[in-house]
Amino acid sequence: MSSTETLKFECETGNYHTFCPISCVAWLYQKISDSFFLVIGTKTCGYFLQNALGVMIFAEPRYAMAELEEGDISAQLHDFDELKRLCFQIHQDRNPSVIVWIGTCTTEIIKMDLEGMAPKIEQMIGCPIIVARANGLDYAFTQGEDTVLAAMAHRCPEYLAELENHHPNLVLFGSLPNTVAEQLTRELASQGINVSGWLPESRYEELPQLGPGVFVCGVNPFLSRTATTLMRRRKCQLIGAPFPIGPDGTRAWIEKICQVFNIQPHLENLDQRENSIWESLEPYISLIKGRSVFFMGDNLLEISLARFLVRCGMIVYEIGIPYMDKRFQASELSLLEKTCKQMNVSMPLIVEKPDNYNQVQRIRALQPDLVITGLAHSNPLEARGITTKWSVEFTFAQIHGFTNARDILELVTRPLRRNNHLKDLGWSELVSQIQPNR
Amino acid sequence: MKLAYWMYAGPAHIGTLRVASSFKNVHGIMHAPLGDDYFNVMRSMLERERDFTPVTASIVDRYVLARGSQEKVVENITRKDQEEKPDLIVLTPTCTSSILQEDLQNFISRAQASTDSDILLADVNHYRVNEFQAADRTLEQIISFYVSSKPNEIVKTEKPSANILGIFTLGFHHQHDCREIYRLLKDLGIEINLVVPEGCAVTDLKKLTQAWINIVPYREIGLMAAKFLEKEYQMPYISTTPMGLVETASWIRQICKQTNSQMDYEKYIDYQTRFVSQAAWFSRSIDCQNLTGKKALVFGDATHAAAITKILVREMGINVCCAGTYCQHDGDWFREQVQAFCDKVLITDDHTRVGNMIAEIEPTAIFGTQMERHVGKRLDIPCGVISAPIHIQNFPLSYRPFLGYEGTNQIADLVYNSFTLGMEDHLLEIFGGHDVKTVITKNLSTDQNLIWESSAMEELQKIPGFVRNRIKRNTEKFARSKKLEKITVEVMYAAKEALAA
Repeated sequence: MSSTETLKFECETGNYHTFCPISCVAWLYQKISDSFFLVIGTKTCGYFLQNALGVMIFAEPRYAMAELEEGDISAQLHDFDELKRLCFQIHQDRNPSVIVWIGTCTTEIIKMDLEGMAPKIEQMIGCPIIVARANGLDYAFTQGEDTVLAAMAHRCPEYLAELENHHPNLVLFGSLPNTVAEQLTRELASQGINVSGWLPESRYEELPQLGPGVFVCGVNPFLSRTATTLMRRRKCQLIGAPFPIGPDGTRAWIEKICQVFNIQPHLENLDQRENSIWESLEPYISLIKGRSVFFMGDNLLEISLARFLVRCGMIVYEIGIPYMDKRFQASELSLLEKTCKQMNVSMPLIVEKPDNYNQVQRIRALQPDLVITGLAHSNPLEARGITTKWSVEFTFAQIHGFTNARDILELVTRPLRRNNHLKDLGWSELVSQIQPNR
Repeated sequence: MKLAYWMYAGPAHIGTLRVASSFKNVHGIMHAPLGDDYFNVMRSMLERERDFTPVTASIVDRYVLARGSQEKVVENITRKDQEEKPDLIVLTPTCTSSILQEDLQNFISRAQASTDSDILLADVNHYRVNEFQAADRTLEQIISFYVSSKPNEIVKTEKPSANILGIFTLGFHHQHDCREIYRLLKDLGIEINLVVPEGCAVTDLKKLTQAWINIVPYREIGLMAAKFLEKEYQMPYISTTPMGLVETASWIRQICKQTNSQMDYEKYIDYQTRFVSQAAWFSRSIDCQNLTGKKALVFGDATHAAAITKILVREMGINVCCAGTYCQHDGDWFREQVQAFCDKVLITDDHTRVGNMIAEIEPTAIFGTQMERHVGKRLDIPCGVISAPIHIQNFPLSYRPFLGYEGTNQIADLVYNSFTLGMEDHLLEIFGGHDVKTVITKNLSTDQNLIWESSAMEELQKIPGFVRNRIKRNTEKFARSKKLEKITVEVMYAAKEALAA
């Protein structure tokens, strides 16, 4: 293979299956424990949330729908009064530290001025109201978190440089379970880098200080709006690094941060750490080495996961992805390219806004060993003898840092291990053309 | 605006898509923003459907918002026509797209010029009707589109035959109920002409009028179509739900009268009731004596809630203190059905009102939807699930009809199990648990010389309860193997890395 080969990008029709970005309330209300999320939308939004979140809905969640009725759509009711009434009620019943309004497709179409109303209602009830437009017109799945964090970045207190000492101030952005955030913080601490805060913290009231002189670094690949906001509006300095997914990504992430702060990473330490993780992954890697994988694309983690899987010895045929920010993901893309060259495999095709129908045709032709896809296609593909792993799990599982690399492979290899158990039974294709008798 | 956490019935387009995708070779296209195709996930996951759900979205995005759909919808229709070659394409707007007020009918007329399939626009108002009403309407719409024979040209089947209207995807035990109805009809010497829409080709719908009668097992969906066929083609329909012994008997009598059956159906009913179904005997057996006068609350869709209420009261002697439904559009019918059987009638689609009612009357058992099951969990009241909305566990693989004589057995089991569980719980409470020598801790470590640092202890508390003990054990095992005496957060992470988590 020629070493000049580079990544190929394509863009299809955008007719693909993904979750609506309002699903971000599911993990954000859990992360930010003193928040309340109000999704302003229709029955369709509510139905999606209630079904997609399954059991969580029964645990008195700190989120609700402001369900728009015909009167709201036809402007017979005054949105301002309606929202004021609901927010008063929420404030009274739950007393949250912040109410996050999630704007939806409908509020976009009827041009409800959420940003205009929020400050007024905020004043009246004395509780901050943040507006995030996480709608399906503009965004896919995890990008919902991006819109919320971008809106939240405006509420972070101003960084006062003179009160701090000369130590570089680093804020990490991206919502991670508290344990994982703690692990990454400690990982950097062991290199002598102090993380001064996270966006978001586990409480709204503890949002980190931002401003000129603060360095920021993302932990998830779908946070490009947040990154832009932090740079342009809060004048922070962005560290563009690969994302800490997989031991290779984590190491590159740490090294990049060290490099920016002019700190010599404890290389021995880091080498030993990465190697021991790779060693512990060996049983999993032996299962996937040389196997092929196809990402249909729905959560924007695809590039990082593909890069890690290439490093594990897999061959990636196609990386479908809803949206590709080549600037925010630049380091990740070049690490992917480098990894492909190192592992001597051909560059995968990156398909932005994929077309699921066309992808299924390609899957049929390529017969990959594993397809990473949404729940809409998993069972039908399995019935046709094609092994799948549903992509949503990668969003909810703990996949960041050295410690959690195993969890990624646990997910990736699960269908393959299952197949090993069932392989001698002889019924892997389970679609029938014959109509059964009743 | 309404503050809502949960809803019993879905949005209109779900109903339309459930009908469309149940037919064979019919494709649904939604005019919807990205992410609204959640229906495909539900069908694929809940029904464990092996085939790709024949539903795609014509995506509404910023460009559509700014300039209108223009060619997009037409292109999507013609594309699906070529790819899938369906008999019919049903185009449906969603809540969001219906506000755009684009002339979808115009797109359809334009697409018709270049496609072989028929194309219909679902005629439902997304802000006025719910999932059930929309499904009912769509079924009628498709049937009236394909049934066009003139009344004087209709040739009825030689032997008595029936259509079953309203069996379809994501329905509560629909597949099992359908099989049970089929068995009953076979016993009565009646052939099935068509089951609509599940597995039915739209091209077969022209045969619909050849049947002698229509059977509508569930009130929510199919009644509009049955009424249409009665009005236009003088086809009688039977809308009794054959759920429970009494209703099944009445259903059989109606069918036999409508088809001028020559068989001794009273004898059949008697035999089935007393010996094939175990439910009649069950309610006489001494076990069931204990159920007398026990308090129950019933909530669900109109069909199931009404039928279960009647079974509990009439066939088992249980006291239903409150019967309710979320089918508000059918409230009058429901009230009339259950009024004589219960103390209170509750018609609402607000789950908190149902929850408060349960808390207030404290029934011994609840028969409701998944929501009531969870309320029951919180209040420690057992619950049998009798109606949608439902979870994947309500799509059992084994044969579990609610209708017909086998259905009565299933319901009896469900009722009995709910109550005995409740009884058992009470007895346990009175006598202080199953076994006095309960295993207090699952911790198998013998030496206690490991010290947990307070920060590590805090970290441990962050771990979800159901795995916490395992993590604790693993960490201690790891610490011991490394001869560590103190457990810090670092040790915990190291343990996770070292051991299979």
